[in-house]
Amino acid sequence: MAKLMDEREMVRILLRLAHEILEKNKQTEDLILIGIQRRGAPLAERISKLIKEIKGKEVPTGSLDITFYRDDLTRIGYHPVVRDTNILIPIDDKKVILVDDVLYTGRTARAALEALLDFGRPRKIELLILVDRGHRELPIFPNYVGKNIPTSLEEMVEVKVKEIDSRDEVIIIKKGKNGL
Amino acid sequence: MDFKRKDLLGLEDLTRDEIFFILDTAKSFEGILNRRIKKVPILRGKTVVNLFFEASTRTRMSFELAEKRLNIDVLNFSPSNSSVLKGESLRDTIKNILAMRVDCFVLRHSTPGTPHFLAKEIPVSIINAGDGAHEHPTQALLDLYTIREAKGKIEDLRVLIVGDIAHSRVARSNIWGLTKLRAKVRVCGPPTLIPPMIEQMGVKSYFSLEEALQGVDVIMMLRLQRERQTKGLFPSINEYRDFFSLSEEKLKLAKEDALIMHPGPVNWGVELPFKIRENRRNVILGQVTNGIIIRMAILYLLLGRRR
Repeated sequence: MAKLMDEREMVRILLRLAHEILEKNKQTEDLILIGIQRRGAPLAERISKLIKEIKGKEVPTGSLDITFYRDDLTRIGYHPVVRDTNILIPIDDKKVILVDDVLYTGRTARAALEALLDFGRPRKIELLILVDRGHRELPIFPNYVGKNIPTSLEEMVEVKVKEIDSRDEVIIIKKGKNGL
Repeated sequence: MDFKRKDLLGLEDLTRDEIFFILDTAKSFEGILNRRIKKVPILRGKTVVNLFFEASTRTRMSFELAEKRLNIDVLNFSPSNSSVLKGESLRDTIKNILAMRVDCFVLRHSTPGTPHFLAKEIPVSIINAGDGAHEHPTQALLDLYTIREAKGKIEDLRVLIVGDIAHSRVARSNIWGLTKLRAKVRVCGPPTLIPPMIEQMGVKSYFSLEEALQGVDVIMMLRLQRERQTKGLFPSINEYRDFFSLSEEKLKLAKEDALIMHPGPVNWGVELPFKIRENRRNVILGQVTNGIIIRMAILYLLLGRRR
Protein backbone atom coordinates (compact mmCIF):
# COMPACT_ATOMS: atom_id res chain seq x y z
CA MET A 1 0.00 0.00 0.00
CA ALA A 2 1.34 3.42 -0.90
CA LYS A 3 -0.12 6.84 -0.37
CA LEU A 4 -0.47 8.77 -3.61
CA MET A 5 -2.20 11.88 -2.33
CA ASP A 6 -2.68 13.36 1.11
CA GLU A 7 -5.27 15.77 2.40
CA ARG A 8 -3.32 18.93 1.58
CA GLU A 9 -2.75 17.85 -1.98
CA MET A 10 -6.38 16.84 -2.44
CA VAL A 11 -7.57 20.21 -1.19
CA ARG A 12 -5.15 21.97 -3.54
CA ILE A 13 -6.20 19.86 -6.50
CA LEU A 14 -9.91 20.44 -5.89
CA LEU A 15 -9.25 24.18 -5.71
CA ARG A 16 -7.39 24.02 -9.01
CA LEU A 17 -10.26 22.08 -10.59
CA ALA A 18 -12.74 24.70 -9.37
CA HIS A 19 -10.62 27.40 -11.01
CA GLU A 20 -10.39 25.39 -14.22
CA ILE A 21 -14.18 25.09 -14.35
CA LEU A 22 -14.50 28.86 -13.90
CA GLU A 23 -11.88 29.52 -16.53
CA LYS A 24 -13.74 27.43 -19.10
CA ASN A 25 -17.16 28.69 -18.08
CA LYS A 26 -17.42 32.46 -17.90
CA GLN A 27 -21.12 32.04 -17.18
CA THR A 28 -21.88 29.71 -14.29
CA GLU A 29 -25.67 30.10 -14.49
CA ASP A 30 -26.24 26.98 -16.58
CA LEU A 31 -23.81 24.74 -14.70
CA ILE A 32 -24.80 21.72 -12.64
CA LEU A 33 -22.30 19.47 -10.87
CA ILE A 34 -23.49 15.88 -10.60
CA GLY A 35 -21.44 13.48 -8.53
CA ILE A 36 -21.43 9.79 -9.34
CA GLN A 37 -22.19 7.73 -6.24
CA ARG A 38 -20.53 7.06 -4.03
CA ARG A 39 -17.43 9.25 -3.68
CA GLY A 40 -18.11 11.49 -6.64
CA ALA A 41 -21.10 12.95 -4.78
CA PRO A 42 -19.18 14.60 -1.90
CA LEU A 43 -16.49 15.75 -4.34
CA ALA A 44 -19.14 17.55 -6.42
CA GLU A 45 -20.42 19.23 -3.25
CA ARG A 46 -16.94 20.41 -2.35
CA ILE A 47 -16.20 21.82 -5.78
CA SER A 48 -19.52 23.66 -5.74
CA LYS A 49 -18.56 25.16 -2.36
CA LEU A 50 -15.16 26.22 -3.67
CA ILE A 51 -16.77 27.92 -6.67
CA LYS A 52 -19.04 29.79 -4.28
CA GLU A 53 -16.02 30.95 -2.27
CA ILE A 54 -14.14 32.06 -5.37
CA LYS A 55 -16.92 33.65 -7.37
CA GLY A 56 -19.80 34.01 -4.95
CA LYS A 57 -22.11 32.08 -7.27
CA GLU A 58 -24.12 28.98 -6.34
CA VAL A 59 -23.63 26.05 -8.66
CA PRO A 60 -26.34 23.45 -7.98
CA THR A 61 -25.29 19.87 -7.31
CA GLY A 62 -26.85 16.45 -7.61
CA SER A 63 -25.92 12.81 -7.18
CA LEU A 64 -26.31 9.92 -9.54
CA ASP A 65 -26.30 6.20 -8.82
CA ILE A 66 -25.41 4.14 -11.88
CA THR A 67 -26.25 0.62 -10.62
CA PHE A 68 -29.29 0.23 -12.84
CA TYR A 69 -27.17 1.16 -15.87
CA ARG A 70 -24.18 -1.11 -15.27
CA ASP A 71 -23.16 -3.48 -18.06
CA ASP A 72 -21.74 -6.18 -15.82
CA LEU A 73 -24.60 -7.04 -13.46
CA THR A 74 -25.18 -10.51 -14.80
CA ARG A 75 -21.44 -11.18 -14.56
CA ILE A 76 -20.86 -10.28 -10.93
CA GLY A 77 -21.85 -12.51 -8.04
CA TYR A 78 -23.49 -10.01 -5.73
CA HIS A 79 -26.04 -7.21 -5.64
CA PRO A 80 -24.38 -3.81 -5.51
CA VAL A 81 -25.73 -1.38 -2.93
CA VAL A 82 -27.94 1.15 -4.68
CA ARG A 83 -27.37 4.71 -3.44
CA ASP A 84 -29.54 7.77 -3.80
CA THR A 85 -30.02 9.55 -7.06
CA ASN A 86 -30.86 13.17 -6.42
CA ILE A 87 -31.31 15.34 -9.43
CA LEU A 88 -33.85 17.85 -8.25
CA ILE A 89 -33.62 20.47 -10.94
CA PRO A 90 -34.25 19.91 -14.65
CA ILE A 91 -31.04 19.30 -16.58
CA ASP A 92 -32.54 20.14 -19.98
CA ASP A 93 -30.34 22.59 -21.88
CA LYS A 94 -27.98 22.86 -18.91
CA LYS A 95 -24.28 22.19 -18.84
CA VAL A 96 -23.67 19.16 -16.64
CA ILE A 97 -20.28 18.33 -15.20
CA LEU A 98 -20.15 14.72 -14.05
CA VAL A 99 -17.80 14.25 -11.09
CA ASP A 100 -16.16 10.99 -10.04
CA ASP A 101 -13.21 9.97 -7.92
CA VAL A 102 -11.39 7.52 -10.20
CA LEU A 103 -11.48 7.05 -13.96
CA TYR A 104 -10.40 3.55 -14.96
CA THR A 105 -12.12 1.45 -17.67
CA GLY A 106 -14.63 4.20 -18.48
CA ARG A 107 -17.59 1.87 -17.93
CA THR A 108 -18.92 3.82 -14.96
CA ALA A 109 -18.76 7.04 -16.97
CA ARG A 110 -20.58 5.35 -19.84
CA ALA A 111 -23.32 4.15 -17.49
CA ALA A 112 -23.53 7.64 -15.97
CA LEU A 113 -24.02 9.18 -19.42
CA GLU A 114 -26.86 6.80 -20.17
CA ALA A 115 -28.45 7.40 -16.77
CA LEU A 116 -28.18 11.14 -17.13
CA LEU A 117 -29.90 11.13 -20.50
CA ASP A 118 -32.93 9.49 -18.87
CA PHE A 119 -33.33 12.65 -16.80
CA GLY A 120 -33.29 15.05 -19.70
CA ARG A 121 -31.23 16.46 -22.55
CA PRO A 122 -28.38 18.62 -21.30
CA ARG A 123 -26.78 21.06 -23.73
CA LYS A 124 -23.39 19.63 -22.86
CA ILE A 125 -21.94 17.00 -20.55
CA GLU A 126 -18.36 17.12 -19.28
CA LEU A 127 -16.40 14.78 -17.04
CA LEU A 128 -14.31 15.76 -14.03
CA ILE A 129 -12.08 13.18 -12.39
CA LEU A 130 -9.89 13.34 -9.30
CA VAL A 131 -7.61 10.49 -10.35
CA ASP A 132 -7.15 9.11 -13.85
CA ARG A 133 -5.44 5.74 -13.57
CA GLY A 134 -5.59 4.76 -17.26
CA HIS A 135 -6.63 1.41 -18.83
CA ARG A 136 -9.66 2.68 -20.69
CA GLU A 137 -11.89 0.07 -22.32
CA LEU A 138 -14.21 2.62 -23.91
CA PRO A 139 -13.63 5.88 -25.80
CA ILE A 140 -14.14 8.12 -22.76
CA PHE A 141 -11.98 11.19 -22.13
CA PRO A 142 -12.17 13.43 -19.07
CA ASN A 143 -12.37 17.22 -19.45
CA TYR A 144 -10.89 18.00 -16.05
CA VAL A 145 -8.28 15.77 -14.38
CA GLY A 146 -7.01 16.17 -10.83
CA LYS A 147 -4.03 13.90 -11.19
CA ASN A 148 -2.83 11.31 -13.68
CA ILE A 149 -1.57 8.22 -11.89
CA PRO A 150 -0.26 5.46 -14.15
CA THR A 151 -1.11 2.06 -12.65
CA SER A 152 -0.84 -1.61 -13.47
CA LEU A 153 -3.86 -3.91 -13.70
CA GLU A 154 -2.73 -5.66 -10.53
CA GLU A 155 -3.21 -2.47 -8.53
CA MET A 156 -6.28 -0.86 -7.03
CA VAL A 157 -6.66 2.87 -6.49
CA GLU A 158 -8.75 3.88 -3.50
CA VAL A 159 -9.91 7.40 -2.90
CA LYS A 160 -10.95 8.22 0.67
CA VAL A 161 -12.98 11.31 1.44
CA LYS A 162 -13.76 12.85 4.81
CA GLU A 163 -17.52 12.74 4.32
CA ILE A 164 -17.52 8.95 4.03
CA ASP A 165 -14.17 7.65 5.26
CA SER A 166 -13.36 10.40 7.81
CA ARG A 167 -10.12 11.25 6.00
CA ASP A 168 -8.89 12.58 2.65
CA GLU A 169 -6.31 10.52 0.82
CA VAL A 170 -5.62 8.40 -2.23
CA ILE A 171 -3.87 5.08 -1.78
CA ILE A 172 -2.75 2.35 -4.13
CA ILE A 173 -3.06 -1.31 -3.16
CA LYS A 174 -1.61 -4.42 -4.80
CA LYS A 175 -4.26 -7.03 -5.46
CA GLY A 176 -3.52 -10.32 -3.73
CA LYS A 177 -4.64 -13.79 -4.74
CA ASN A 178 -8.14 -13.14 -3.48
CA GLY A 179 -8.41 -9.93 -5.43
CA LEU A 180 -7.30 -7.86 -2.46
CA MET B 1 -26.61 -9.41 2.73
CA ASP B 2 -26.14 -12.08 0.10
CA PHE B 3 -29.42 -12.80 -1.68
CA LYS B 4 -28.83 -15.98 -3.64
CA ARG B 5 -32.31 -17.39 -4.07
CA LYS B 6 -33.47 -18.64 -7.44
CA ASP B 7 -37.17 -18.31 -6.63
CA LEU B 8 -39.63 -16.31 -4.58
CA LEU B 9 -42.18 -18.83 -3.37
CA GLY B 10 -43.51 -17.50 -0.11
CA LEU B 11 -42.78 -15.57 3.04
CA GLU B 12 -42.66 -18.78 5.02
CA ASP B 13 -39.23 -19.49 3.47
CA LEU B 14 -37.76 -16.01 3.87
CA THR B 15 -35.69 -14.91 6.84
CA ARG B 16 -36.20 -11.64 8.64
CA ASP B 17 -32.97 -10.30 7.10
CA GLU B 18 -34.05 -11.29 3.61
CA ILE B 19 -37.39 -9.52 4.04
CA PHE B 20 -35.66 -6.32 5.18
CA PHE B 21 -33.20 -6.61 2.31
CA ILE B 22 -36.07 -6.83 -0.20
CA LEU B 23 -37.81 -3.81 1.37
CA ASP B 24 -34.57 -1.79 1.32
CA THR B 25 -33.87 -2.77 -2.28
CA ALA B 26 -37.41 -1.74 -3.25
CA LYS B 27 -36.78 1.70 -1.78
CA SER B 28 -34.09 2.34 -4.38
CA PHE B 29 -36.58 1.76 -7.19
CA GLU B 30 -39.00 4.36 -5.88
CA GLY B 31 -37.36 7.25 -7.72
CA ILE B 32 -37.71 5.60 -11.12
CA LEU B 33 -41.53 5.75 -11.05
CA ASN B 34 -41.47 9.52 -10.65
CA ARG B 35 -39.08 10.22 -13.50
CA ARG B 36 -39.92 11.36 -16.96
CA ILE B 37 -38.37 8.22 -18.42
CA LYS B 38 -39.70 5.52 -16.12
CA LYS B 39 -37.40 2.82 -17.33
CA VAL B 40 -33.91 1.55 -16.59
CA PRO B 41 -31.91 -0.91 -18.68
CA ILE B 42 -30.83 -3.10 -15.80
CA LEU B 43 -32.41 -6.39 -16.96
CA ARG B 44 -32.15 -5.81 -20.68
CA GLY B 45 -32.11 -9.11 -22.54
CA LYS B 46 -34.00 -11.09 -19.89
CA THR B 47 -37.33 -12.69 -20.73
CA VAL B 48 -40.12 -13.26 -18.23
CA VAL B 49 -43.32 -15.21 -18.81
CA ASN B 50 -46.41 -14.20 -16.86
CA LEU B 51 -48.48 -17.35 -16.47
CA PHE B 52 -51.82 -16.55 -14.88
CA PHE B 53 -54.16 -19.50 -14.50
CA GLU B 54 -56.48 -17.41 -12.31
CA ALA B 55 -58.05 -14.02 -12.94
CA SER B 56 -56.04 -10.95 -11.94
CA THR B 57 -55.97 -7.26 -12.74
CA ARG B 58 -53.65 -5.60 -10.25
CA THR B 59 -51.04 -8.29 -9.78
CA ARG B 60 -50.75 -9.07 -13.45
CA MET B 61 -50.54 -5.46 -14.60
CA SER B 62 -48.19 -4.65 -11.77
CA PHE B 63 -45.81 -7.47 -12.71
CA GLU B 64 -45.97 -6.52 -16.37
CA LEU B 65 -45.21 -2.88 -15.61
CA ALA B 66 -42.40 -3.79 -13.22
CA GLU B 67 -40.90 -6.01 -15.91
CA LYS B 68 -41.16 -3.32 -18.57
CA ARG B 69 -39.65 -0.68 -16.27
CA LEU B 70 -36.59 -2.92 -16.02
CA ASN B 71 -36.36 -3.44 -19.77
CA ILE B 72 -37.37 -7.11 -19.56
CA ASP B 73 -39.06 -8.76 -22.54
CA VAL B 74 -42.49 -9.90 -21.44
CA LEU B 75 -44.67 -12.80 -22.56
CA ASN B 76 -48.20 -13.00 -21.24
CA PHE B 77 -50.01 -16.27 -21.01
CA SER B 78 -53.59 -16.96 -20.08
CA PRO B 79 -55.13 -20.42 -20.32
CA SER B 80 -58.25 -19.27 -22.13
CA ASN B 81 -56.46 -18.81 -25.44
CA SER B 82 -53.75 -21.44 -25.11
CA SER B 83 -53.13 -25.12 -25.66
CA VAL B 84 -54.29 -25.75 -22.11
CA LEU B 85 -57.70 -25.90 -23.79
CA LYS B 86 -56.35 -28.74 -25.94
CA GLY B 87 -55.44 -30.63 -22.80
CA GLU B 88 -51.76 -29.74 -22.46
CA SER B 89 -50.62 -30.25 -18.87
CA LEU B 90 -49.06 -27.49 -16.80
CA ARG B 91 -45.76 -29.35 -16.73
CA ASP B 92 -45.69 -29.69 -20.52
CA THR B 93 -46.72 -26.08 -20.98
CA ILE B 94 -43.84 -24.92 -18.78
CA LYS B 95 -41.28 -27.24 -20.34
CA ASN B 96 -42.24 -26.05 -23.80
CA ILE B 97 -41.99 -22.41 -22.90
CA LEU B 98 -38.69 -23.16 -21.19
CA ALA B 99 -37.42 -24.63 -24.47
CA MET B 100 -37.85 -21.13 -25.90
CA ARG B 101 -35.08 -19.97 -23.51
CA VAL B 102 -36.88 -17.78 -21.04
CA ASP B 103 -35.37 -16.63 -17.73
CA CYS B 104 -38.27 -16.51 -15.28
CA PHE B 105 -41.88 -17.50 -14.74
CA VAL B 106 -44.38 -15.46 -12.77
CA LEU B 107 -47.02 -17.99 -11.86
CA ARG B 108 -50.52 -17.75 -10.48
CA HIS B 109 -52.34 -21.02 -9.99
CA SER B 110 -55.34 -22.20 -7.99
CA THR B 111 -53.54 -25.27 -6.64
CA PRO B 112 -51.44 -24.55 -3.55
CA GLY B 113 -47.81 -25.60 -3.91
CA THR B 114 -47.72 -25.44 -7.73
CA PRO B 115 -44.84 -22.94 -7.88
CA HIS B 116 -42.92 -24.90 -5.22
CA PHE B 117 -43.23 -28.08 -7.24
CA LEU B 118 -42.14 -26.40 -10.48
CA ALA B 119 -39.25 -24.57 -8.83
CA LYS B 120 -37.66 -27.94 -8.11
CA GLU B 121 -38.25 -29.15 -11.65
CA ILE B 122 -36.85 -26.31 -13.71
CA PRO B 123 -33.60 -24.34 -13.61
CA VAL B 124 -35.01 -20.82 -14.10
CA SER B 125 -36.57 -18.51 -11.53
CA ILE B 126 -40.18 -18.86 -10.40
CA ILE B 127 -42.09 -16.08 -8.71
CA ASN B 128 -45.26 -17.09 -6.93
CA ALA B 129 -48.01 -14.62 -7.84
CA GLY B 130 -50.56 -16.50 -5.72
CA ASP B 131 -51.06 -20.24 -5.25
CA GLY B 132 -54.60 -21.07 -4.16
CA ALA B 133 -55.22 -20.16 -0.54
CA HIS B 134 -51.55 -20.71 0.31
CA GLU B 135 -49.29 -17.69 -0.31
CA HIS B 136 -49.10 -14.42 -2.22
CA PRO B 137 -45.61 -13.23 -1.33
CA THR B 138 -45.37 -10.07 -3.43
CA GLN B 139 -48.65 -8.81 -1.96
CA ALA B 140 -47.40 -9.34 1.59
CA LEU B 141 -44.09 -7.65 0.76
CA LEU B 142 -45.82 -4.60 -0.68
CA ASP B 143 -48.04 -4.49 2.41
CA LEU B 144 -44.98 -4.60 4.67
CA TYR B 145 -43.37 -1.88 2.56
CA THR B 146 -46.50 0.29 2.83
CA ILE B 147 -46.69 -0.16 6.60
CA ARG B 148 -43.02 0.63 7.09
CA GLU B 149 -43.28 3.67 4.82
CA ALA B 150 -46.22 5.07 6.81
CA LYS B 151 -45.18 4.05 10.32
CA GLY B 152 -41.39 4.03 10.04
CA LYS B 153 -41.21 0.55 11.54
CA ILE B 154 -43.03 -2.76 11.80
CA GLU B 155 -41.79 -4.21 15.07
CA ASP B 156 -44.31 -3.96 17.94
CA LEU B 157 -47.09 -2.55 15.75
CA ARG B 158 -50.53 -4.02 16.34
CA VAL B 159 -51.79 -5.25 12.99
CA LEU B 160 -55.30 -6.59 12.50
CA ILE B 161 -56.35 -8.70 9.52
CA VAL B 162 -60.12 -8.91 9.04
CA GLY B 163 -62.17 -11.24 6.88
CA ASP B 164 -62.00 -14.66 5.34
CA ILE B 165 -58.71 -15.75 6.87
CA ALA B 166 -59.26 -19.40 5.96
CA HIS B 167 -59.31 -18.83 2.19
CA SER B 168 -56.84 -15.96 2.09
CA ARG B 169 -53.32 -16.34 0.72
CA VAL B 170 -52.84 -12.65 1.41
CA ALA B 171 -53.53 -13.24 5.11
CA ARG B 172 -51.22 -16.24 5.28
CA SER B 173 -48.27 -14.49 3.62
CA ASN B 174 -48.81 -11.40 5.72
CA ILE B 175 -48.93 -13.40 8.94
CA TRP B 176 -45.59 -15.03 8.07
CA GLY B 177 -44.04 -11.70 7.18
CA LEU B 178 -45.48 -9.63 10.03
CA THR B 179 -44.62 -12.15 12.74
CA LYS B 180 -41.07 -12.50 11.39
CA LEU B 181 -40.72 -8.72 11.64
CA ARG B 182 -42.14 -8.92 15.17
CA ALA B 183 -45.44 -7.16 14.72
CA LYS B 184 -48.30 -8.17 17.00
CA VAL B 185 -50.82 -9.75 14.68
CA ARG B 186 -54.54 -10.24 15.25
CA VAL B 187 -57.00 -11.91 12.93
CA CYS B 188 -60.76 -11.44 13.01
CA GLY B 189 -63.73 -12.92 11.15
CA PRO B 190 -66.66 -15.27 11.52
CA PRO B 191 -65.62 -18.49 13.31
CA THR B 192 -66.26 -20.51 10.16
CA LEU B 193 -63.68 -18.43 8.27
CA ILE B 194 -60.94 -18.52 10.94
CA PRO B 195 -58.91 -21.74 10.84
CA PRO B 196 -58.88 -23.30 14.33
CA MET B 197 -55.09 -23.82 14.26
CA ILE B 198 -54.31 -20.26 13.18
CA GLU B 199 -52.99 -19.23 16.59
CA GLN B 200 -50.10 -21.62 16.08
CA MET B 201 -48.80 -19.10 13.54
CA GLY B 202 -48.27 -16.67 16.42
CA VAL B 203 -51.41 -14.58 16.02
CA LYS B 204 -54.41 -13.94 18.23
CA SER B 205 -57.87 -14.60 16.82
CA TYR B 206 -61.03 -12.65 17.51
CA PHE B 207 -64.62 -13.20 16.51
CA SER B 208 -65.75 -9.70 17.47
CA LEU B 209 -64.48 -6.84 15.32
CA GLU B 210 -65.10 -4.32 18.13
CA GLU B 211 -62.81 -6.24 20.45
CA ALA B 212 -60.18 -6.87 17.79
CA LEU B 213 -59.93 -3.20 16.78
CA GLN B 214 -58.93 -1.91 20.23
CA GLY B 215 -55.69 0.04 19.91
CA VAL B 216 -54.53 -1.31 16.54
CA ASP B 217 -52.05 0.59 14.32
CA VAL B 218 -52.93 -1.10 11.04
CA ILE B 219 -56.20 -2.57 9.76
CA MET B 220 -55.97 -4.91 6.81
CA MET B 221 -59.40 -5.64 5.41
CA LEU B 222 -59.65 -8.68 3.16
CA ARG B 223 -61.99 -9.05 0.24
CA LEU B 224 -64.95 -11.26 0.89
CA GLN B 225 -64.17 -13.79 -1.83
CA ARG B 226 -67.64 -14.50 -3.07
CA GLU B 227 -66.29 -16.93 -5.67
CA ARG B 228 -64.93 -19.14 -2.88
CA GLN B 229 -68.09 -18.99 -0.75
CA THR B 230 -70.05 -21.96 -1.96
CA LYS B 231 -70.27 -23.94 1.24
CA GLY B 232 -72.54 -21.59 3.18
CA LEU B 233 -69.89 -20.67 5.75
CA PHE B 234 -71.85 -17.59 6.79
CA PRO B 235 -75.57 -16.87 6.42
CA SER B 236 -75.61 -13.84 4.12
CA ILE B 237 -73.60 -10.91 2.80
CA ASN B 238 -75.83 -8.57 4.79
CA GLU B 239 -75.09 -10.38 8.02
CA TYR B 240 -71.37 -10.39 7.24
CA ARG B 241 -71.54 -6.65 6.67
CA ASP B 242 -73.35 -6.04 9.95
CA PHE B 243 -70.64 -7.78 11.94
CA PHE B 244 -67.40 -7.29 9.99
CA SER B 245 -67.66 -4.15 7.86
CA LEU B 246 -65.34 -1.37 9.01
CA SER B 247 -67.92 1.31 9.82
CA GLU B 248 -66.94 4.80 10.94
CA GLU B 249 -68.03 4.04 14.52
CA LYS B 250 -66.00 0.86 14.69
CA LEU B 251 -63.00 2.63 13.20
CA LYS B 252 -62.94 4.90 16.26
CA LEU B 253 -61.87 1.91 18.38
CA ALA B 254 -58.55 1.68 16.54
CA LYS B 255 -55.72 4.12 17.09
CA GLU B 256 -56.39 7.58 15.73
CA ASP B 257 -53.73 7.22 13.05
CA ALA B 258 -54.47 3.60 12.15
CA LEU B 259 -53.84 2.74 8.51
CA ILE B 260 -56.64 1.21 6.46
CA MET B 261 -55.36 -1.30 3.95
CA HIS B 262 -56.93 -3.68 1.45
CA PRO B 263 -55.27 -5.93 -1.16
CA GLY B 264 -58.04 -5.18 -3.69
CA PRO B 265 -60.35 -5.54 -5.40
CA VAL B 266 -62.56 -3.95 -2.74
CA ASN B 267 -66.23 -4.90 -2.46
CA TRP B 268 -67.28 -1.37 -1.58
CA GLY B 269 -70.32 -1.53 0.63
CA VAL B 270 -69.40 -4.98 1.95
CA GLU B 271 -66.13 -5.17 3.88
CA LEU B 272 -65.52 -1.43 3.54
CA PRO B 273 -68.24 1.25 3.50
CA PHE B 274 -68.11 3.67 0.56
CA LYS B 275 -67.17 6.48 2.92
CA ILE B 276 -63.75 4.93 3.57
CA ARG B 277 -62.83 5.82 -0.02
CA GLU B 278 -62.31 9.42 1.03
CA ASN B 279 -60.72 8.64 4.40
CA ARG B 280 -57.19 10.01 4.54
CA ARG B 281 -55.97 6.97 6.47
CA ASN B 282 -56.88 4.76 3.54
CA VAL B 283 -53.62 3.79 1.81
CA ILE B 284 -55.15 1.31 -0.63
CA LEU B 285 -53.95 3.09 -3.77
CA GLY B 286 -50.53 3.60 -2.22
CA GLN B 287 -50.35 -0.17 -1.88
CA VAL B 288 -50.94 -0.47 -5.61
CA THR B 289 -48.07 1.91 -6.41
CA ASN B 290 -45.76 0.16 -3.97
CA GLY B 291 -46.60 -3.14 -5.65
CA ILE B 292 -44.66 -2.10 -8.75
CA ILE B 293 -41.63 -1.10 -6.71
CA ILE B 294 -41.62 -4.37 -4.76
CA ARG B 295 -41.95 -6.44 -7.92
CA MET B 296 -39.11 -4.50 -9.57
CA ALA B 297 -36.95 -5.27 -6.55
CA ILE B 298 -37.83 -8.99 -6.61
CA LEU B 299 -37.07 -9.27 -10.33
CA TYR B 300 -33.80 -7.42 -9.82
CA LEU B 301 -32.78 -9.64 -6.91
CA LEU B 302 -33.63 -12.89 -8.70
CA LEU B 303 -32.39 -12.05 -12.20
CA GLY B 304 -29.85 -9.27 -11.67
CA ARG B 305 -26.77 -11.28 -10.81
CA ARG B 306 -24.82 -14.38 -11.61
CA ARG B 307 -25.92 -17.18 -9.33
